[in-house]
Amino acid sequence: METENRTCIIIGASQAGVSCAFALREEGWAGRILLYDTDPKLPYYRPPLSKTALTGEELMYNHILKPLELYRKENIQLGLGIKVVALDALNKEVILSDHTQVNYDRLVLATGARPFIPNIEGIQTAAQVFVLRTQQDAEAIRHALEKSMDKEVVIIGGGYIGLETAASIKKLGGKVTVLEREKRVLERVTAPEMSEFFMALHAEQGVHIEVNKNVVAIHGNPKQMVVCDDGSAYRADLVIVGVGVLVNTELAEQAKLNMDRGILVDASMRTNQEHIYAIGDCTRHHNPFYDRFVRIESVQNATDQGKIAAAAICGKNPTYDVLPWFWSDQYDVKLQMVGLSEGYNQVVVRKETGDTPSFSIWYFDQDQLLAVDAVNHAKAYMLGAKFIRQKTRVDKTKLADNGLEFKPANLVMA
Amino acid sequence: MAKITFITRDNQTITVEGESGSVMALARQNGVKGIEGECGGVCSCATCHVHVQNGEFSRTGQQGTIEKDLLELNDHADETSRLCCQIRISDEIDGLVLRVAEKNSF
Repeated sequence: METENRTCIIIGASQAGVSCAFALREEGWAGRILLYDTDPKLPYYRPPLSKTALTGEELMYNHILKPLELYRKENIQLGLGIKVVALDALNKEVILSDHTQVNYDRLVLATGARPFIPNIEGIQTAAQVFVLRTQQDAEAIRHALEKSMDKEVVIIGGGYIGLETAASIKKLGGKVTVLEREKRVLERVTAPEMSEFFMALHAEQGVHIEVNKNVVAIHGNPKQMVVCDDGSAYRADLVIVGVGVLVNTELAEQAKLNMDRGILVDASMRTNQEHIYAIGDCTRHHNPFYDRFVRIESVQNATDQGKIAAAAICGKNPTYDVLPWFWSDQYDVKLQMVGLSEGYNQVVVRKETGDTPSFSIWYFDQDQLLAVDAVNHAKAYMLGAKFIRQKTRVDKTKLADNGLEFKPANLVMA
Repeated sequence: MAKITFITRDNQTITVEGESGSVMALARQNGVKGIEGECGGVCSCATCHVHVQNGEFSRTGQQGTIEKDLLELNDHADETSRLCCQIRISDEIDGLVLRVAEKNSF
């Protein structure tokens, strides 16, 4: 395909969009590449926002995705601080917030997601309520904490964002309470054993975690009270909300793309509209390994889908087929996860011996290994990935026996 | 200050200079192809895997424990392997040559 006089527009310049832009050049796209984002900052990695960038241990400059010179070198036109307000798939054009109209030959939606704000009385008007998705959000939290006398912080939501943020704020000298609606933290994503471990870890570090807490109201200014439906109330100078996301699908709706809690894409990231692709957090794709549709929020998924879309746009027929992987850092604990545990009916816990806590949780559906979560045990993470991928039958009894050395020969079913 | 040379998967040679921080961050800042550093340099992902050339392990130091575990089952790892997020830039490593390892995906 002759691409010289063509234009590819990418909407969303985070992990997925930036990956796609650079991959397009590698794949030989010779035409224009326009990359838009509402965020005015030079595109950056998001994971540090709840970790070292929040504590201030590291400058965000160290976490930019690519230096500005590289966009220039690859002739990728960055349109930062610009919102794409309309998409006309029929005429292949978009309209920007400044009313400019731009035509495209190929369009990539990398619109991501935004923090979900639950319907809590007073949440819209409370002065010190924060979310954490952008660099600006992280800076706002840090500044508010610096200005606060008592540094009492309530985090609504005990997922990864909530827990990582709790650990970081604790490090900054905050008094942190995490309010989780379910009966345990990380309820949606891990086994009870993992939730217990993290509850204990946070308790040990002095973070107060309360479960079965359904927040119904936030009152007061500047000192706020966070009120739950059981009548309990918590004082907070800062309230941080981390209860999941809403997928940004407004443009996809305008283009009448097929959707199911995310933009539906095929194995090459194509949508149902010719010339429109979608990548990253905003998409739902069929995972061949688990044989079901999944929407994945991760760096790996965003980066890889960006590359797949670029290859497809340049005329190849790539297939996205990888096991998803994730990680989380809290205090000195390294959690690494591979695979998707949903649908498991048995877990095996493998504890290593030694002073540092080190263990892994293996999720099975009957005899099929679905996923592995490893705490301070990279070897289990790597081996788990291999076993899942190769559909290796694992000897569960031997796996649970930490008297046996952790090596493939000891774990594979004879 | 150290000059470090990367050999990419398509055999291009790129020499870059850095003062501090990790070699992974330096590679990323200079757009060295194949060094992703997806986890941001916390030794969680192994997407910054390199082979230390010319047997210069004495200068980079040996693999750390977590690093070793991440590399042990990597199909492309060998005795020259390091995750370059774990190599700090210093005068010690001036002139180092690193070959970007093949991508390992699950």
